[in-house]
Amino acid sequence: MYRYILKRLLMLIPVLLGVAFLIFAIMDVAAGDPVYSVAGADATPEQIEALREKMGLNGSLIERYIRYIGNLLKGDLGTSYISKLDVMKVYLQRLPNTLKLATLTMIVAVGMAIPLGITAAVHQNSIRDTTSMVLALIGLSMPNFWLGLLLILFFSLKLGWFPTGGSEGFRSIVLPAITVGTSLAALLTRTTRSSMLDVLRQDYLRTARAKGVSERNVIQKHALRNALIPIITIFGVQFSNVLGGSVLAETVFAWPGVGRLVVDAIDQRDIPTVTGALVMTTMLVTIVNLLVDLVYAFVDPRIKAQYTK
Amino acid sequence: MEINQTNRNQQRATKLYKKRSALEDVWRQLRRNKGAIIGLILIVVIILVAILSPILLDYDKDVIGQHIKQRLKPPSADHWFGTDELGRDIFSRVIYGARYSLAVGVVAVFVALAIGITLGAAAGYIGGKFENVVMRICDIFSSIPSVLMAIAVVSALGKSTFNLMLAVGIASTAPFIRVARAAVLVVHDEEYVEAARAIGMPDWKIIWVHILPNCLSQIIVQATLRVGSAIIAAAQLSFLGLGVPAPAPEWGSMLSAGRQYIRDYSYMTLFPGLAIMLTVLSLNMLGDGIRDALDPKLKR
Amino acid sequence: MTNQEANDLILDIKNLKVRYETQDGIVRAVNGIDLTLRKKRTLGLVGETGAGKTTTALAIMRLVPDPPGIVECDKLEISGQDILSLPENKLEHVRGNDISMIFQDPMTALNPVFTVGDQIAESLEIHEHLSSKDAKERAGDMLELVGIPRERANEYPHQFSGGMKQRVVIAIALACNPQLLLADEPTTALDVTIQAQVLELMNELKEKYDTSMIMITHDLGCVAEVCDEVAVMYAGRIVEEGTLEDVFNRTLHPYTEGLFNSLPNIKDRKAKLKPIKGLMPDPTNLPVGCSFAPRCNYVSDACLKAQPQLRSISQTHRVACTAYDNPEFHIERRIL
Repeated sequence: MYRYILKRLLMLIPVLLGVAFLIFAIMDVAAGDPVYSVAGADATPEQIEALREKMGLNGSLIERYIRYIGNLLKGDLGTSYISKLDVMKVYLQRLPNTLKLATLTMIVAVGMAIPLGITAAVHQNSIRDTTSMVLALIGLSMPNFWLGLLLILFFSLKLGWFPTGGSEGFRSIVLPAITVGTSLAALLTRTTRSSMLDVLRQDYLRTARAKGVSERNVIQKHALRNALIPIITIFGVQFSNVLGGSVLAETVFAWPGVGRLVVDAIDQRDIPTVTGALVMTTMLVTIVNLLVDLVYAFVDPRIKAQYTK
Repeated sequence: MEINQTNRNQQRATKLYKKRSALEDVWRQLRRNKGAIIGLILIVVIILVAILSPILLDYDKDVIGQHIKQRLKPPSADHWFGTDELGRDIFSRVIYGARYSLAVGVVAVFVALAIGITLGAAAGYIGGKFENVVMRICDIFSSIPSVLMAIAVVSALGKSTFNLMLAVGIASTAPFIRVARAAVLVVHDEEYVEAARAIGMPDWKIIWVHILPNCLSQIIVQATLRVGSAIIAAAQLSFLGLGVPAPAPEWGSMLSAGRQYIRDYSYMTLFPGLAIMLTVLSLNMLGDGIRDALDPKLKR
Repeated sequence: MTNQEANDLILDIKNLKVRYETQDGIVRAVNGIDLTLRKKRTLGLVGETGAGKTTTALAIMRLVPDPPGIVECDKLEISGQDILSLPENKLEHVRGNDISMIFQDPMTALNPVFTVGDQIAESLEIHEHLSSKDAKERAGDMLELVGIPRERANEYPHQFSGGMKQRVVIAIALACNPQLLLADEPTTALDVTIQAQVLELMNELKEKYDTSMIMITHDLGCVAEVCDEVAVMYAGRIVEEGTLEDVFNRTLHPYTEGLFNSLPNIKDRKAKLKPIKGLMPDPTNLPVGCSFAPRCNYVSDACLKAQPQLRSISQTHRVACTAYDNPEFHIERRIL
């Protein structure tokens, strides 16, 4: 098992290097040559060269990339063109807000989706099933930022229950979390239902019933544990989407997280901030995916057996 | 040799016949599914609206023409959805906006399809190192949140409708690579593929003639569902100001404008969002229907 | 029936009917069968795939999935206890405790995410209220009983071979000493050598625990090995029943004859196999007359008009065939 974790960690390295390179290259194209705009129109060629070196923009793309990775290993993501602040510091300052939002989102989504999905599957084709499936379909079809606007309209402006934005106290996180969580909850409900329907057909549930296991335990113990396996896979993939979704929610609700940082930095063409934030976020996603894979192994002994081999 | 040829023709004939009856079967299943039919009708209506809107509306006058005297009027008999901050009729703009959203969604998915299927099918068929590299690239792509990925691509290429399509397309490539590869792996060792290889058919032709048609159903399902998410992704980028440039009536950018006026003119945020939802909903209903119709597990 | 015999009665079914109401029509799986079984006896329920054998067993367990399954029955008693009217929570006490079932396919009958030990221990925890430690201990005993080292209790089903899994399934079924064991083709999915071992094991265990058993199978060899009585099912009805001797050596029903004729004969390898021609009738659209008539070599007009009822030929032997209206009638079965 430890060997497997180690192997997976080693396999992360090329992926992370690849991600960093991809982002680095894209942002390099996006940046054009920022030196001129930073230096000002009347700078001499010598001044420009000096600035270029100071900004770390001399040399080919590959050279700069290698230098960037070297600095990254030291925890240095460069300084922002605009605020002149250390990008790593700014990122780490924003990260807790995004993580808070993501965590609450996922807890709420899972808490809603799994019971709903199970009920829908167990009472297939009942009114409850149809209702939850229609709701899930709507949830999946709604653009999250629009949902956010509707939530503001209704719960903030009309009812005054929650603030329209900012990050003051628990009440301010509720609407953003619903905004990001709705599509995730919808997706998870659908996945849970179909996975559960698959499992409910399995012979081993009949074995359990024949043993005298109560219907409740047949579902909650025997079926759910098996149904969880595909749900967990989805969950890993969705963490990336939650971070993506929070970009929009953070914009709508002025939530000071990583998403807003990126959007603002792009507006200001602040390349080091964008690159740094994207690289770090991707690393986060990759590590979460690894963790999900490990959880997977604990739920499904067959997979665990593959790992230990 | 001649006998061989007749045999192959016969085989081809039976295969064609089978394919047609399979399609009919899918259609029969689909017709039974109320949701899928509602979705199908809705999406056909939306497509018709998108096609006909330039005939029904004068772009310069009705869609982007500013009428300052008429600004910020709530919905009424004259302006069903009200007017925006520049006095433009929101109903006309929502109608015309269907062109943008559908075009972006469809083109983006075609971009993703083209890249994804080529890479995925090649990876599955060739295997080895090539497959490894493609799948790692796929990992890389899927670990960058697709919204962020699209944002980065748009900012690199510059804001334009075409770049938006490209960005959304690139950001949704990974799932198609996976689907195509998985499908190819399933049929790769089937006897008819081995037989084709044995008679010396070139690889690209085997992929094209024998392998892809067999994973077509999965790809259709994926594509239908992905057009929906591409429309949402495009609207998201436009909402962030990175999509279709103003004054074009893209639904996402209309919402972005409406957001400034949400306190007093909430109808501005209502209708473009409804339009997005309805379009995506109809695509999802249709996609779900096709998937269920194709899923042999549900046919009992 | 004497009083003694009535007390000995483990299973008593009258007029059991099961139908599945599906989109494509009503599948009539079981169409009015009577079954009785006395203590320590083993009944072989024989017939082709789709004859309604498994559905009968599931109906006895009250495990026919509803929807689409609908069970109707005049009487369904296990050791004098009426199973038909029991509420679901009482049924849970009966299942796995008084009646157990061994399922057909050991590859899918075990839950892949629990250890085999846990799966055996579960019924002990439910029915004998053992602590989880004691239940584990007993589960180990059960494993040894079916010939698996107790150390393997902590392994998962995917680590076992098919034959081993079937032993585990048997251990689960026998864990609480049921009075009645329903074995649904327990050996079909196994290799021939393993089949023999499993059959022998079941015979031993049955003797040891005085369990009554219904052995569902299409394998006549298997019936000869373990059964005292035989009931032959066709299209949801019993067409012939009697002691093993009756059915095997004094075969009456043309269908039973057909089953025997489909067996290869080692003494005469040149003899052609005589399979029963045709297929079972569509269970959504059963014929008015005898269901076997379309495939029967002795068919007459009378067969097509009405459903034949079971008639007693001897004290133990009964057959449902209109041809026996004619006292001269006999089938041509070759004696093995």
